[in-house]
Amino acid sequence: MPKGILYDSTLCVGCRLCEKACSEHHNLNYNDDIAKEEKLSAHKLTAITTHGDKFMRKFCMNCLSPTCASVCPVAALQKSPLGPVTYDSTRCIGCRYCMFACPYQVPTYQWNSRLPVVKKCDMCADRVFASLPTACAEACPTGATKFGERDDLIAEARQRLSSNPGQYYPKIYGLEEVGGTSMLLLAAAPFEELGVKVSLPHEPLPLLTWRALSEIPSIVSVFGVLLGGVWWIRHRTEEVQTAERAEREKKS
Amino acid sequence: MNGSRTGLRWSFWQVIAGVLMIAGVYAAYIRVTQGLGGATHLNDQFPWGLWIGFDILCGVGLAAGGFTLAATVHIFNIERYKPILRPAILTAFLGYLLVILALMFDLGLPYRIWHPLVMWNPHSVMFEVGWCVTLYTTVLALEFLPVVLEQFRWNKALKIMHGFLIPLVILGVILSTLHQSSLGSLYLIVPEKLYPLWYSPLLPVFFFVSALCAGLAMTIFESWQSSKAFGKHLELPLVASMGRVLAVLLSVYLTMRLLDLQNRGVLRLLLVRRTETYLFWLEIAFFVVPMFLLFRRKIHNNPVTLYGCAVLVLFGFVSNRLNVSITGMETGSGVSYFPKWTEVAVTLAIVALGFLIFRFACKNLPIFGPQPMVSRVRSQAPIPVEGD
Repeated sequence: MPKGILYDSTLCVGCRLCEKACSEHHNLNYNDDIAKEEKLSAHKLTAITTHGDKFMRKFCMNCLSPTCASVCPVAALQKSPLGPVTYDSTRCIGCRYCMFACPYQVPTYQWNSRLPVVKKCDMCADRVFASLPTACAEACPTGATKFGERDDLIAEARQRLSSNPGQYYPKIYGLEEVGGTSMLLLAAAPFEELGVKVSLPHEPLPLLTWRALSEIPSIVSVFGVLLGGVWWIRHRTEEVQTAERAEREKKS
Repeated sequence: MNGSRTGLRWSFWQVIAGVLMIAGVYAAYIRVTQGLGGATHLNDQFPWGLWIGFDILCGVGLAAGGFTLAATVHIFNIERYKPILRPAILTAFLGYLLVILALMFDLGLPYRIWHPLVMWNPHSVMFEVGWCVTLYTTVLALEFLPVVLEQFRWNKALKIMHGFLIPLVILGVILSTLHQSSLGSLYLIVPEKLYPLWYSPLLPVFFFVSALCAGLAMTIFESWQSSKAFGKHLELPLVASMGRVLAVLLSVYLTMRLLDLQNRGVLRLLLVRRTETYLFWLEIAFFVVPMFLLFRRKIHNNPVTLYGCAVLVLFGFVSNRLNVSITGMETGSGVSYFPKWTEVAVTLAIVALGFLIFRFACKNLPIFGPQPMVSRVRSQAPIPVEGD
C-alpha cells in the first residue's frame, strides 16, 4: 500500500530537527547557517519556512503521477508503488527538464559541480523499502510530520479537521493537486499565505504532454501516406507528359 | 575571386568572427572548469536559459528551410526551386550540428548525450526531441552527401543515393514536423508557469507553423546573403514567389494565434501594463508588419525590401522563442533571468561558427552549382568548373 507523510503545520514548532535528520540520512552537511536558509537546494532537501508565527515545510511532494518522472528522457526518475519518487543519478544526462517541469520547483541542481546531478527528497526510499518511517518523521518531536499509509493519513487528517474546525483552514492539501501527492498538508491559514502553490490544476500534468505525444503515430502515418501519394501523382504526371511528348515527336 | 571592395568587407567580418570565436572559447573554458553555475545565470528556479531559448529553439526553427524546400522540390516536384535547395539543406544540416554543439554546453553531463537512445521513456517529450535530433541529423547528412560525392566525382555512390532520395526526403519531412512541434510540446507541461499569452494547448502547432515561416524567411535571407558574398545571381522571381508564400503562411499563423487567445479568454491581457505585454506586442509586430508588406507586389518584387521583410520575420521568430522560453517563464518561476556574458559569448561564437562553415562550404563545394544534381547523374556530364 502506498505510503505518505502528513505534515500538520499547527503542530510544528519550527525546531528543524526534520531538516537535520534529512541531511544526515542523505549525507549532506548541516549547520546553523544552512538551517537559516529557508529554501530547497542541492544541499538542503527539506526546509521549514516561517510565516509570522506559523510554519510550513517544503519537500518533494512525491506526486502520485509525478511530472518529473514523466518528462525525464532517460527514465532516471521513477515512481515506486510504495510512494517514493526515486532518482537514479547514473542515468541522468543533466537536461534539467525535471526541474523545469516540476510544478513545485522541487528538484535542485549541483550548479557549481563539474559533474552535477539532481538532488531532491526521495521520501527516504531506502528506509521506506525497508519498512521504516522517513528520517524526518522519526525525528519529529511533536508529531507534526507523521509517516504512514496514505489512506490512513487522509482519514486522520479528515478527523482532525472535523474535530477541531476552528483550529484548521478547512482543506487537506495534496488530496487532489496535480492528481494527488504522497505528502499531505494541514494548516491553520490559507495555504497561499504559507507559500504553498494553490493554483495547480487537479489533473495530472503528464496528461498534457501525453495528449501531444499520442498524436505521433497518426502524424507519421498520415504524413507518410500523404507525401508518398503526392510524390507518386506528381511523378506519374511527369512520366505521362514525357511519354506523350515522345509519341508526338515520333508521329511528326 | 571577388572584387577588392567585397574582400575588404569580408575581412572586417572575419575579424568580428575571430573575436567572437576567441570569446566563445574562453567562455567554454569557464563552462568546463566552473560548471553551469560559473558559466550561466541559471538557478534552481530558472533552469533553462539562453542556450535552450536561442541556441536550441531558434537553431532548430531556422533550419526548417531544409525540409520545406526538400518537400517542395522532390515531393511536390516543383523543379524551379532546385537552385536554392542545396543552400537550404546545408543550412539545416549546419543548424542541427550547431544545435548539438550547443546542447553539449547546456547538458550537465554532456558525455551522456547518447543515453536517451538506450534508456527509454516514451512518455517524455524530451525523449522524442532526442530521437528526432539524432535521426533528422542523420537524414540531413545523407541529403547533403550527394554534394560532397559530386565534388569528388563519385558517380556510382551518387546513383545509389539517388535511389534512396524520395523515402529519405519523406522521412526528413516527418521527422522535422515531429521535431519542430515537439519543441512546443516541451512547454505543455508548465501550464501554471508559462504566461497565458504564450501558454496554449496548441503550442506544438504554433511552433510548427512558425518554423515553416522561419524556414522560408531564412532561405530568402541566405539567397540574398550568398548572392552578395559570392556574386551569384539572385533568383529573383523564385525568391519573390517565396515571399508571397511567406505572407500567406504568416497570415494563417497570426489568425491562429489570435483565435487561440480569444478561445482561451485572455484577450484582456493584451492591454495589461506589464513587461510580458510589451514583449508580446513586439513579437507580434515583427510578424504583422512583414505580412502586410509582403502581400504588396512592389515589396516582394524588390530584393532589398523582400530581404528586409525576411529579416523582420526572423526577428519575430526569435522573439517568439525567447518570449516562450524566457519572458513568459519569469513571473511563473518567481525569479528574473538575464543571461551571463559567458552564455551570450558561447551563443555568438556558435552563430559565427555557423557563418564560417557555411561560407567555407559554399566556396569549396558545389552548393550553388548551375546544374541540378539529378540531371548531372543521368547525363554523366563533366562537372563544370566552380567559381564565378
